[in-house]
Amino acid sequence: MTAATNTKSGVKRVEGAPLLELDNVKMHFRTKGDGLLARKNKWVQAVDGVSLTVQPGETLGLVGESGCGKSTTARLITRLLEPTAGSIKYQGVDIAHMSERKLRPYRREIQLIFQDPYSSLNPRHTVGAIVGTALRTHGMVPKNGELKRVQELLEVVGLNPEHFNRYPHEFSGGQRQRIGIARALAARPKIIVADEPVSALDVSIQAQVMNLLENLRKELGIAFVFIAHDLGVVRHFCDRVAVMYLGRMVEEGPRDALYEKPQHPYTQALLSAVPDIAVVRGVPPKHRIRLVGDVPSPVDPPSGCRFRTRCWKAQDICATQDPPLEEKPGGATVAACHFAEPPVESIVAEVV
Amino acid sequence: MSDTDPTTSVPQGGNMTDQSVRAPQTVTRIPRAHAEGEEAYLEVNDLHVQFPTADGKVQAVQGLSYSLPLRRTLAIVGESGSGKSVSSMAILGLHDRKSTWISGSIKVGGKEVVGMSEKDLMSYRGADAAMIFQDPQSSLHPFFTIGDQIMESYRAHHNVSKRVAKARAIDMLGRVGIPNPSRRVNQFPHEFSGGMRQRAMIAMALVNDPKLLIADEPTTALDVTVQAQILDLISDLQRDFGSAVVFITHDLGVVAEIADDILVMYGGNAVEHGPVDKILGAPLHPYSWGLLESIPAVSGTPGPLHPIPGSPPSLLAMPSGCAFHPRCEFRDRVGGDLCRTLKPELISRTADQGRTSRCHLKEPDRVFETEVLPRLP
Repeated sequence: MTAATNTKSGVKRVEGAPLLELDNVKMHFRTKGDGLLARKNKWVQAVDGVSLTVQPGETLGLVGESGCGKSTTARLITRLLEPTAGSIKYQGVDIAHMSERKLRPYRREIQLIFQDPYSSLNPRHTVGAIVGTALRTHGMVPKNGELKRVQELLEVVGLNPEHFNRYPHEFSGGQRQRIGIARALAARPKIIVADEPVSALDVSIQAQVMNLLENLRKELGIAFVFIAHDLGVVRHFCDRVAVMYLGRMVEEGPRDALYEKPQHPYTQALLSAVPDIAVVRGVPPKHRIRLVGDVPSPVDPPSGCRFRTRCWKAQDICATQDPPLEEKPGGATVAACHFAEPPVESIVAEVV
Repeated sequence: MSDTDPTTSVPQGGNMTDQSVRAPQTVTRIPRAHAEGEEAYLEVNDLHVQFPTADGKVQAVQGLSYSLPLRRTLAIVGESGSGKSVSSMAILGLHDRKSTWISGSIKVGGKEVVGMSEKDLMSYRGADAAMIFQDPQSSLHPFFTIGDQIMESYRAHHNVSKRVAKARAIDMLGRVGIPNPSRRVNQFPHEFSGGMRQRAMIAMALVNDPKLLIADEPTTALDVTVQAQILDLISDLQRDFGSAVVFITHDLGVVAEIADDILVMYGGNAVEHGPVDKILGAPLHPYSWGLLESIPAVSGTPGPLHPIPGSPPSLLAMPSGCAFHPRCEFRDRVGGDLCRTLKPELISRTADQGRTSRCHLKEPDRVFETEVLPRLP
């Protein structure tokens, strides 16, 4: 391994390494067993072997249904959780088990935007204090320059810079989300993990915040890990998209390839389930796939392929062999399925 | 495997040559043509709902009127605070009399709901109209079994023994696609998954065969694959029961899939009303157009989003004139300061009597470019 060089900020980096690299990361939470003699511990396999890379300035979308482990992955990347196995490399340096003290400079460069603009801002602090704390914690500006920088940041996210003295309750949901974004930007991060940043907002406000994030990405060159359950939002924002199911990644690839020629049956089902406004325009109805049943429990996931219990392609091999995430002949994405193939018909409606 | 219900077959390994049950279904749904002259089952006329508060009077609904015949689905679309939920709760008489001021008229199957006595409301709710809520977790009582809760609502309207009511509960659970209903009926809500709970809620709402079903964001809390199942279920049940459905949502994709008509609400009032394909295809109100422009779609070419500037108005201090004028990008096309001073009426389009809109813009000016959808030929 190449020797890591120290930079001024205290963040080490290995030349040529990707910005962020997760390798076979696992996060198993312990729960109490059932019944009267609940001695035996069970493990919730929230994330079970996720690998991904993010290059500088790139946006990776993580999609999947509730319980698939996408939020846990966000908390692992930001090291709010310590993984039970695997490595999380930031610029080639493994931060998976780094101590809190050593981790501090990395925390500056990896920032998080939360879903709920109401509970993620302290109601007793002014906006100036909320954004200022982020500046102070990371020693970004001298004390006398703090207010000026706070006002700059508020302006960048489209808020009135004179409102630094106001409290969160004086702002609407969309404006609060902008405050959260200003707080993340305060540390001048290289990567932002955005966990459902627009799903709590109304449609018209959602589009405003999406456009703001898009502009920030272009102007500041920040890489994003963008987590959302809304497949339209992810398609709009991301260069590459990864689909998760029950703690595993089932498919990953460039945006257009994944949306137009998905290979994994789960991705196909997920995309075809999205209600699409184009159907009212006489656009040919989608070839619709309806999944049966519910997602199995992550405490006791199925053997082999985790999707096999709901998959219409499942064969005997699926129960015994866990399919690796690999390139398939003729496919533009990598998929973890024994029978991966692009769909015969278009999954999403084609607008003609 | 004894279960033959298609929603229940969850094979655990083994040979899967039987593809007939598990092959992906192709579902095609064509919106019904607008049937003229059908008698309205639900008639809302000049409905006002206001809440007096310490800060002033919250005018949640201001003069809403619409009607809905049986066998049709009306989607009410709007952002938070547009009055879509408040107006629908009034249909079931769910507002607290002490703290709410309601005027106007709501007729359901000929019965006037506004001002109905509590006793009459008890027999009306459930039997004539029923509601499904967004969050099945908090709408079900955690201490009672699913069966008890369905039986309670059945026995409130039918003088039958517990045994008969239980048989009815099991039958209903089966109809909403819950596997193994005779066992599930004795289970508690926490033993159900989110999608199953919403199915149970639907079973409970439909147990008395109401002719009007109000679904308030019934799929918002659900995952997209489960949402697709529930939307199919609501469509199927509507066909079987022949009921009228009011479907409240903010998701225009869901609207496109399930609704026959749309009512777009803004600031406590209807701004546009008409058949789904026409409104989503060629909106006549700048707000409807703005909503369409704000959606990142899963299909088509991804273009820049065009959000509506500003944020929805406060219900304590509504803008004068047209409630949408502070955010409207087309108000310059209207002469003078008409938009600021005069509230436009909800009027029919000359060429198309089936749809109404509330805007001062002259009709030839109301051609909005949409990135999301190609123009109608």
